[in-house]
Amino acid sequence: MDTRTTVINERLKRIGRIIAVSSGKGGVGKSLVATTLALALSRRGCKVGLFDLDFTSPSTHLIMGVKDVQPKEDKGIVPPVVKGLAYMSLVYFSGDHATPLRGADISNALIELLSVTKWGELDYLVIDMPPGISDAVLDLVRLVKRIEFLIVTTPSLLAFETVKKQVRLLQDLKVPVIGVVENMKMNRAKNIEQATEKLGAKFLTGIPYDPKVEEAIGDVAKLLDTTLAQRIAELAASKIT
Amino acid sequence: MHEWALAEAIIRAAQQIAEKEKLHEIKEVTIKIGELQQVEEDILCFALSQLKPASFKNAEFHIAKAKTTLKCRVCGNTWLFSKNKLDEDTAEAIHFVPEVAHAYIKCPKCGSPDFEITEGRGVWLENIKGVR
Repeated sequence: MDTRTTVINERLKRIGRIIAVSSGKGGVGKSLVATTLALALSRRGCKVGLFDLDFTSPSTHLIMGVKDVQPKEDKGIVPPVVKGLAYMSLVYFSGDHATPLRGADISNALIELLSVTKWGELDYLVIDMPPGISDAVLDLVRLVKRIEFLIVTTPSLLAFETVKKQVRLLQDLKVPVIGVVENMKMNRAKNIEQATEKLGAKFLTGIPYDPKVEEAIGDVAKLLDTTLAQRIAELAASKIT
Repeated sequence: MHEWALAEAIIRAAQQIAEKEKLHEIKEVTIKIGELQQVEEDILCFALSQLKPASFKNAEFHIAKAKTTLKCRVCGNTWLFSKNKLDEDTAEAIHFVPEVAHAYIKCPKCGSPDFEITEGRGVWLENIKGVR
């Protein structure tokens, strides 16, 4: 018997809410939304953790400019505090090496980290998910009792089509969907907002495309000065806390 | 010292099985440890002895070690994992999350990182014996 799954909910029991930032499609800005959401909640005085579950393409450490930190061992693994967040990522262990993982390996790594990471008491744990609706999504739904999803899309129908499938899947599985964030809006069109409402999901916010975001990668102060971060801070204030 | 976290999971899993099998007193627990995770056996045993609940008071913990077999998905080559070929930092990274082996180990025959851990990954609860 694999013993690890028996302790996962014990490890997470002192966390208020567990929010997976996810999308059926890659390249929509999940990691940026997850990171800015975690930072925004932290700046509202909440105790927040950020967990990068995008094992093969992690990027939250790049977004925050994380360098030279490692978790501590204390009857488990204790995430270091980075920019005010309890921060865990596979990059502590894989460095900048390519980590090619198949589905079963992703599940195993995810279960390992969930079972040995000691988050302690947090108000929120924000999880940056890999793109798609395969292993990581299914494992979190299976293993983490109180998981909620925040879905990110772009105005592109190519992104929204997969988001639609993901929302329906989560609704079928009776997993709470906080709502949908439309990132990188190029105009004021309301088609994604309307289509989201038609799905029976909440449209949370629309974020205009902001070229400043790319320049802010690695610099949290600059990142928090972008329109993206401002919109996410408003979202954190009005619909999350 | 993350062996404590692994020990906690072993005890909890054993308790779940004992409950399911209606075992009131546990006599023996057999655990298999895969070489890849390089678990410190002494620390694990100490943690188990400290964490065991009353129903495990007289339980003996047997630990069986398993060699780690890796199989290349590209050329089919099978080989045994050896910690000796790794530097300390790499060995420690694999100790925490065995899957990061894919970042550091390659098939000795064809050089591919696309291999399967066919045996001996991590901790496994093999068997539990007790009194009903």
